[in-house]
Amino acid sequence: MKFEDYFYIPFLLGAVYLFGVVIFRFVKWFIGLSKIDKIRVRKNFFTKKTLDSIWESVREGLLHFKMFKVNRLLGYMHMSLAFGWFLLIIVGHFEASSYFGTMFYPFQKSIFFRYYVTENADFPGHTFYAWAMELLLMFVLSGVFLAYFKRFSSKSFGMKKTTRMRYGDHIALTALWLIFPLRFLCETFSAGVYANGSPFFNAVGEWFHGFLPLEIMLKPFWLAYSIDLGIFFVAMPYTRYMHIPAEINLIFLRNWGVQLKERRVNTFTLAEVYSCSRCGVCIDACQLNLAGIKNSQSVYVLKNIRNKTLSDEVLFNCLLCGKCQEVCPVGIDVNRLRITQRIETTKQYNSSYDYLKTSVAKKADTIYFAGCMTHLTPAIKKAMLKIFNAAGENLWFMDENKAPCCGRPLMLAGQFDAAEKLIANNQKQILDSGAKTLIVSCPICYKVFREDYMMPDVEVRHHSEYILDLIKSGKIKLKHSDKKAVYHDPCELGRGSGIYEEPREVIKDVMTLLPMAQEREKAQCCGGSLANMKISMQERDVLASKVMEEFSQYDPDYVVTACPLCKKTFAKTNTLQVKDLAEIVVENMEIK
Amino acid sequence: MDFGFSTIDTRVIEIDKFDTKILKYVLQHEKSMLVCMSCGGCTATCSAGNLTDFNVRRMQIMLRRGEVEKLQTEINKCMLCGKCMLVCPRGVNLRNVAMLIKKALVNYKDL
Amino acid sequence: MKNIVIIGGGIAGVETACSLAQNGNRVTIIERDNKLFGKLNNWYCLFPDFKKSSEIVDFYKKKLEKFDIEIKLNSQVDKAERNGDVWFVYTGNVRYAADAVVLATGYELFDATRKEELGYKIYDNVITQGDLEQRFKEQNFLTVQGKKPERIAIIHCVGSRDEKCHNMYCSKVCCVTGVKQAIELSKFLPDTQILCFYMDLRMYDKFFEELYRQAQEHYNIQFIRGRVSEVAENSDGRLSIKTEDTLSGRPMKMKLDMIVLLAGMETKKNTTEIAQKFNVEQEVSGFLKSKDFHLGAGILSQKGVFAAGTCISPMSIKETIENARSSAQQVNEYLNTL
Repeated sequence: MKFEDYFYIPFLLGAVYLFGVVIFRFVKWFIGLSKIDKIRVRKNFFTKKTLDSIWESVREGLLHFKMFKVNRLLGYMHMSLAFGWFLLIIVGHFEASSYFGTMFYPFQKSIFFRYYVTENADFPGHTFYAWAMELLLMFVLSGVFLAYFKRFSSKSFGMKKTTRMRYGDHIALTALWLIFPLRFLCETFSAGVYANGSPFFNAVGEWFHGFLPLEIMLKPFWLAYSIDLGIFFVAMPYTRYMHIPAEINLIFLRNWGVQLKERRVNTFTLAEVYSCSRCGVCIDACQLNLAGIKNSQSVYVLKNIRNKTLSDEVLFNCLLCGKCQEVCPVGIDVNRLRITQRIETTKQYNSSYDYLKTSVAKKADTIYFAGCMTHLTPAIKKAMLKIFNAAGENLWFMDENKAPCCGRPLMLAGQFDAAEKLIANNQKQILDSGAKTLIVSCPICYKVFREDYMMPDVEVRHHSEYILDLIKSGKIKLKHSDKKAVYHDPCELGRGSGIYEEPREVIKDVMTLLPMAQEREKAQCCGGSLANMKISMQERDVLASKVMEEFSQYDPDYVVTACPLCKKTFAKTNTLQVKDLAEIVVENMEIK
Repeated sequence: MDFGFSTIDTRVIEIDKFDTKILKYVLQHEKSMLVCMSCGGCTATCSAGNLTDFNVRRMQIMLRRGEVEKLQTEINKCMLCGKCMLVCPRGVNLRNVAMLIKKALVNYKDL
Repeated sequence: MKNIVIIGGGIAGVETACSLAQNGNRVTIIERDNKLFGKLNNWYCLFPDFKKSSEIVDFYKKKLEKFDIEIKLNSQVDKAERNGDVWFVYTGNVRYAADAVVLATGYELFDATRKEELGYKIYDNVITQGDLEQRFKEQNFLTVQGKKPERIAIIHCVGSRDEKCHNMYCSKVCCVTGVKQAIELSKFLPDTQILCFYMDLRMYDKFFEELYRQAQEHYNIQFIRGRVSEVAENSDGRLSIKTEDTLSGRPMKMKLDMIVLLAGMETKKNTTEIAQKFNVEQEVSGFLKSKDFHLGAGILSQKGVFAAGTCISPMSIKETIENARSSAQQVNEYLNTL
């Protein structure tokens, strides 16, 4: 058998193997979806959503738009590898089609074109193709060199750290890193011997020819290239590089409406877990680094789910602030994934709330539920009562003396079954009172009342929305003060519920609002989060202090927030004065 | 729940006869529990304690004095709301202690 | 004859000044307020013997007349620098050259608004022990609503022994202050029920334990071991508290008319400014760091700078006077080496 007949076989075997494993996994993941999700996929398959997915795959999978927004150098690196390699394949195909005069030619002749086509053939566009392929290869190589650099010095990328690797990852990484340098050498060697490239590679080849015995080196190098490709393909499904096909799969499934179900760990979890490219952007976004917690960031949780080595110390040591989710270029729903895992881990824990006897509900139009935390910040409670008084509300202060918790802290700890019992009890009370509106001053309560309570006739509002309405309808009048404030977006209210503008509108009616660099979706977390069960008080202090330091640089008179837990956490640092929205409204309210 | 030992008959606390498995497990994973001074601030603010006979401070004492029989029924009442943690003057991470107790009770055989 | 500058004209500063002047040194006191004796002016009676604080003020006023001490009121230290063995202290447009400097900047009472759940400055009838002393002077014991209180609670450990306030230390003198004020309140309001909520009762000095016993025996003060976690206001204007009676192991709720918070001693602000100007070390708690706990409490990390009084650690009036005399002695020993 001649060399040219067998040297591409390692590549072929690897590609076939890879293709087989990937399809097998996609099918397995699809079968494991819930019934509703499967119906969703079938319904949406022949709709515009599929076209959207194709475009999104190009936009994110190849061009990495979202990553560019977060970190330009990282985005360029990924784009050059992904898009560059993609273009090499496409343009290479057109080159070979043009040479052979037909679209149907032995596939290996396009992958290893420069080996097979040694004469300087004159086929349509051959000069263009020669230059194009070579420039594309240099484009990809620029990304590869950036990757080398980043592995050794992530600071130069403006990134604080880079992900740690397992043993298998090293093999795949080395294989990947060698592909394009090997291709470069192979093509330049061929160009050196046969001058079958563009003047660029021909020149490089000539230079090599000057001191290397290229004729004997050709065959071993092309063989090495083929073997390297084969190794990479075989290793891919077992390493982080599975993200290349998995990411595309995820884009399609997501656009077709498949969603992660918190209470059911099914194969969609795997579809998301395998889509993580370990790019490291989530590590950078995580504030826990400032407190020295470096092993529980999203990327590590995903890795641990994959290897089934997830421990409580990693799973529960997360503020669930959502900053990592905001910047993930693949859009993996990491917060929900964590909650799913927390539910799995705590499934067997017991709880019993039989002692919750439903007391008599008072009939009223409006209910105020202060929440556990507001009782520890009585200034907010008192301010809210004054506001309700001024607005003349027919109010029932539901948890004035006794009330259970809203249930969300239990959910954040994964104990959904237990939370359901609390929710059932509270819900009954609220419905019994006949109220049409439920007002809360705590974003944690707000989220659970909206999303998990079944009260379709009751409107749940956060006090910032309610106060804004009162101002707009003229029920309360405010004087303008000459103080300056910065507004801190609480995680549960901002990224968690999408309420960014109402609190700001209220503040602007009372005093000057100073804009900050990190706010709205990019707002910091105060560190007081109930979602993190493992962090110590000292570590929380570090996080709060760092955030206060940043606020200080704007020199505000007040830090205004809309969450009692944020207020308590920030007030502990004893630096700037922290006030809740309700407090500044009451301080500047004109009493009739 | 059969803990594999017979309960102490007398009302005297006998420090050598304790079952310390759950205590050791909790202390191993939450060191801040060591500094509790039993001031009672946690119990005072407890949401569940407001509605029923549940005492957070006593939970810790029960652990330390080996009274694990009642631990299961008591810890079930915790709503994990976090108020106790927010008032504790020694900074004990009480929510984690509650969760670890629940976990230890489920995995008691493997401790 | 050596020159000494003393920063702070409270009781520590005054006593140190007198002791040093007695040894023939030329002493200057720099005090930022418009009068001497600092916090002592605010107190009514002192524990444990109910001596009027004005008697101590008068004693020192007389003592000061015996010496020729320069007193600069309404003055703050702008800058301080050392040149060899001499310290230059700048205040206003005056420069003092001193062979030794004594920092007697004292303390501040913990700002109880930082413990928001206790409702200070949110609910009307929540006051600190400092506010109560003022009331003793005014002989005013009515609630803000004008009512005579039927039940008063005194809450210990506000802002001390509390990680949430970043003050891990014990402020030492608040417990005995609470007991003293309970007795005084009972004397003024014999029909009022008075309860003290404590974590531990620190009755550390001579006659303190006897005072505690007296409070129980003669004044029927009730002592409940439990930390108060929340204060709330009822619709009738009365306050409610939530606590746990740890000794009976059950939560406790009650309605009351007035709450007195025993705020701890802190040195965060003014001592930190001075410490930075003189480049002396502070502990994490904010108090000045002594060279040796046993043998040299008043000696600081910087040559020629000493300390006296509550800027070193919480202490009572009696201990402040003793400490001031001991610091003066340490200054003398130092001056003899120059």
